[in-house]
Amino acid sequence: MVSGIIGTLVLGTITVLSYFTAWQYFFTDGKVDGAYRAITGFNHVWLTLTESLHIDLGVLLDPISVMMLLVVSTISLMVHIYSLGYMKGEDGFYRYYAFLSLFTFSMLGLVVATNIFQMYIFWELVGASSYLLIGFYYKKPSAVAASKKAFIVTRFADLGFLIGILILSFFTGTFDFAALTNPSGQVLGSIAGTSFIGLSVLSWSMILIFMGGAGKSAMFPLHIWLPDAMEGPTPVSALIHAATMVVAGVYLVARMFPVYAIWAPESLAIIAFVGAFTSLFAAVIACTQTDIKRILAYSTISQIGYMMLALGVAGYGGEAGSGFTASMFHLTTHAMFKALLFLGAGSIIHAVHSNEMGDMGSLRKYMPVTAITFLIACLSISGIPPFAGFFSKDEILAAAYTSQPIYFWVEWFVAGLTAFYMFRLYFGVFWGKKTEYKHKPKEAPLSMTIPLIVLAIGAAAAGFIPFGDFVSSDGLAHEASFHWNIASLSILIALAGLALAAWLYLRESSRPEKVAAGFKGFYTAAYHKFYFDELYLFITKKIVFELISQPLAWFDRHIVDGFMNLIGRMIYRFAVAVKRFQSGQMQQYAFVFVSGVVVLALIILIWWT
Amino acid sequence: MGLLLPLIIVPVLTVIVIAFTRTQHQTRMTAAIGMGIQLLLSVNLVIQYLLERKTGNKAEMLFRKSWVWFDSLNIKLDIGVDGISVAMILLTGIVVFAGVFASWKVKNLSKEFFISLILLATGVFGFFITIDLFVLFLFYEMAVIPMYLLIGIWGTGPKEYSAMKLTLMLMAGSALILVGILGIYFNSAPDGGALTYNLLEIAKINIPLPAQRMFFPLTFAGFGVLSALFPFHTWSPDGHASAPTAVSMLHAGVLMKLGGYGCLRVAMFLMPQAAHEMAIIFLVPTGISVIYGAFVAVSQKDLKYINAYSSVSHVGLILFALLMLNKTAITGAVLQMVSHGLMTALFFALIGMIYGRTHTRMIDKMGGLLKVMPFLGAAYIIAGFASLGLPGLSGFVAEMNIFVGAFQVSDTFHRVLTILAVSSIVVTAVYVLRVVARLLLGPIEKAEYEMIEDGHWYEKFSTGLLIVAIAGMGMIPLWLTDMIRDSLDPIMTKLASSI
Amino acid sequence: MISNIPALHFLIVGSLMFFIGVYGFLTRKNIIAMLLSAELMINAVAFNFAILNRYVFPVHLEGYFFSLFIIAVAAADAAVAIAIIINIYRNFDTIEVEEVDDMKY
Repeated sequence: MVSGIIGTLVLGTITVLSYFTAWQYFFTDGKVDGAYRAITGFNHVWLTLTESLHIDLGVLLDPISVMMLLVVSTISLMVHIYSLGYMKGEDGFYRYYAFLSLFTFSMLGLVVATNIFQMYIFWELVGASSYLLIGFYYKKPSAVAASKKAFIVTRFADLGFLIGILILSFFTGTFDFAALTNPSGQVLGSIAGTSFIGLSVLSWSMILIFMGGAGKSAMFPLHIWLPDAMEGPTPVSALIHAATMVVAGVYLVARMFPVYAIWAPESLAIIAFVGAFTSLFAAVIACTQTDIKRILAYSTISQIGYMMLALGVAGYGGEAGSGFTASMFHLTTHAMFKALLFLGAGSIIHAVHSNEMGDMGSLRKYMPVTAITFLIACLSISGIPPFAGFFSKDEILAAAYTSQPIYFWVEWFVAGLTAFYMFRLYFGVFWGKKTEYKHKPKEAPLSMTIPLIVLAIGAAAAGFIPFGDFVSSDGLAHEASFHWNIASLSILIALAGLALAAWLYLRESSRPEKVAAGFKGFYTAAYHKFYFDELYLFITKKIVFELISQPLAWFDRHIVDGFMNLIGRMIYRFAVAVKRFQSGQMQQYAFVFVSGVVVLALIILIWWT
Repeated sequence: MGLLLPLIIVPVLTVIVIAFTRTQHQTRMTAAIGMGIQLLLSVNLVIQYLLERKTGNKAEMLFRKSWVWFDSLNIKLDIGVDGISVAMILLTGIVVFAGVFASWKVKNLSKEFFISLILLATGVFGFFITIDLFVLFLFYEMAVIPMYLLIGIWGTGPKEYSAMKLTLMLMAGSALILVGILGIYFNSAPDGGALTYNLLEIAKINIPLPAQRMFFPLTFAGFGVLSALFPFHTWSPDGHASAPTAVSMLHAGVLMKLGGYGCLRVAMFLMPQAAHEMAIIFLVPTGISVIYGAFVAVSQKDLKYINAYSSVSHVGLILFALLMLNKTAITGAVLQMVSHGLMTALFFALIGMIYGRTHTRMIDKMGGLLKVMPFLGAAYIIAGFASLGLPGLSGFVAEMNIFVGAFQVSDTFHRVLTILAVSSIVVTAVYVLRVVARLLLGPIEKAEYEMIEDGHWYEKFSTGLLIVAIAGMGMIPLWLTDMIRDSLDPIMTKLASSI
Repeated sequence: MISNIPALHFLIVGSLMFFIGVYGFLTRKNIIAMLLSAELMINAVAFNFAILNRYVFPVHLEGYFFSLFIIAVAAADAAVAIAIIINIYRNFDTIEVEEVDDMKY
């Protein structure tokens, strides 16, 4: 217990400090020439690589890093408090808090990174702490497998990230964000000119860097680890796999945004496509899942797809940059409501001891606080005004509409799906059938409900923050224009989704089965996550393990080592053949000796005389 | 006496004292004290070295001392160190000290065991401080030969076979090295004058190009055998699998680094033109080592085999980096020597301890051990993280130097190889996590494993020491990299002058 | 009188003795017979020393001395050889040389 309290107190201090920093940064220091400056708090050389390249560790403050500081420390504090109740009496409580603190440290380090290599360092560290936390219940084979999968998939993505960094740094000779993201960008001029297979080298490197981001942010097709990661304790899912770590990919793209927008528009187009596709893909799967945490996981993937899309359709500066602002805005509001959803789910699981929707129903009677906060979160994510999600989602839709309308219609449809699956979850758990519980579920303790309430306030009210004043692609304040036509369209489809969910799930009925039967093939495919897990299993198990590794091992043992042994055996054979000369027959030796002498004598006689 | 001579004298004295001890406890205490002094001497050497450099002493080698040993052939016991050898000496000091504690419970013939072990260590220390090629070779042999006894007598499994194979392959390597060294010696005075074995003297002249072309491949391949260069790596899995714990630690941790060090100090430093010409040829097998070792490790079942193949991959990376012939990559190579030395020693120490408890090394027969041995399990996970290059641990620092350095060479051939080598980090993650999952996590496989105790004090001490070193190097790498970078200057000048 | 006989005749006798010894040594299976053959070779050499000394360097005496040494060594030699033969007989119950091959490969 002591470990938890220490961790929480320290994190409380950190939260206060980050709010203080934010206050200082936004309001006391204020703007210079209408834009917030990027301040490098300190920056020390950590490792020298070449004459020009060195890895520094430092603190960089600019609007997005300050924003992320707030998000990370707030959510992390809430999760720390929540875990005091949720993890009470668990085996390895101290270990849990140690890992949680390690994660928070790494995430904060990532957020304030001054250069891309520092980001990579902390990026790996968040990956490792995520691995440790997913595998927290290490006696459970599924948790072990999930943690392994999460690490390896993100590691594979990080390979792209690393190679991207290597390419970028080779051509620019710097890791520094300040130099790289400078819009006038002298350092990028040469690299943008060098091309390789049709694309500039810069675009290649930015695509590879995005691959790292896609891995962490669970973008298609590297999304498969995130649903499995739900094997970790639920507060961890709230912190790492909903609010903070998985948006690191978005943050990475936002961090490098000037480079993407000005120098590598091709890679930005890829980002937009991947984001849009992922959001649709994940939303469809979310409609069919029954494990409440998995529904939330797919919902997270879908929402991050929104953020990526928003970045993908944005341009640098002015009205074109509204997608950037929208993305960051959605990141913040999403952190609030998704953390809330997960913590609410944790509270439900805590009470019911099951993850399956089938075991739940009518819980609103037993757990009023959870029910109300959960409802707020659902309304927020579905984009019902005046909750936070409405505003941020609306900005994304508007940005997509002005840039590429096709993406707008996709996302508009996904918004409907979002409302549908969220309320499917809500009605299924809190309304729906009357379930008989063996142990009567009861409301969670205060340490768990307080974070719920705090986050509910955030999820309800965060939308009124004038986000454009603080965060924009070029640092200049930017007024988010409110589009009534888009807003009404999105409210319409959200309500439609909500209504459909209510019709199907508010009361117990056979309607869901009928609908599912109507889409039979598609439903089954979606239920099995479009067989992506099987595909990955095939690649890792059959191809890497059985087609590469085992034949190589055989080759090593039998061919390479066999060759070495063959040399040894040949020498042995030779020795066996030669040893016959040592017959032990004294007279034979003497005969050889004498004939030798005779031959020598003859030679000497013939040649010397 | 200076700072360097005690590094050879202390182990020899320890051996003599051990020869007179009576009980097992006396033996191991003597060994521990002797090697403890040795570690202190190494640390002191590092400090003195850094202080001396700070005063502005720019000599290539510091703390030079010289004694004539065999006048007519101009063989001298000529000692001196630069940053690279200082780093390697520190590594050896740590690993040997940890190794003594890892073999605290050697049952039979413990006196003879420690004598051989420390003789081996003497050879390694001697190798790193000497700058006379002949004496260097002498110490090299002194390090290789006790290995035969150590594996053949105290090993497990098919120990005679493994010991024989390892020794014979390393001897074949030494034969190549000897030819190379003699070749260098007889070409050390192309303009007439006295022939010399002295590294620094030879570095001042240019060995004629035909001689370089002839002796560079011999020397490089000879030292390469010791660094498990593909396809001469097969002694490593068998040898490591059969060797007792401390020997595996010392062998994979330090002895394999002798190869990399020799390649750098003897082959590349003295024959730079040939190095430039032939780097491309040797890059192919090193590149294969890196990726091939990693892939083979994925499907192994025996913990020691996994680690041996992982060593093939990681040590392959050392040679790979050396052949990139630029400062960053070579710094990375030296860092990788230190880093891999520490983490592989930790791995082998832990494997020995696990084997002592479960009596099997097959990963599919184990499971859930983290619950019964949290300390050793956590240590294993840390070692695994270091191996897959997690920032904050030593592997990351080394690998990033290597990758960034390798990426500075910009033709397509090097690029492709570099990217292949970089992708080994994913494969590494696969096999490391596979082992961790099978071995430590999940439900406990057998009821008898419930009885397993966590590490004893000496085991905790041994692993703790290595973990501190790994984390220390991973978190505060700058002093070490600067020390190595500065010392690389003469080598880089020599390499650059030959283009 | 002796000086009337040419040196060649003595050398022929010496050579005959030597090669008879060699032949005996290579063909007799009995160790004692082999020892006798060896003694014959030794004596042939001693004989040659004496003869060559007399004919080539009549004023020197080294050849005679060498002959005397050879006779002394041959005596010691015979003693040792017979000791060995006795031991072989004790261990192998035979003095056939072909039976004694325990030291082969």
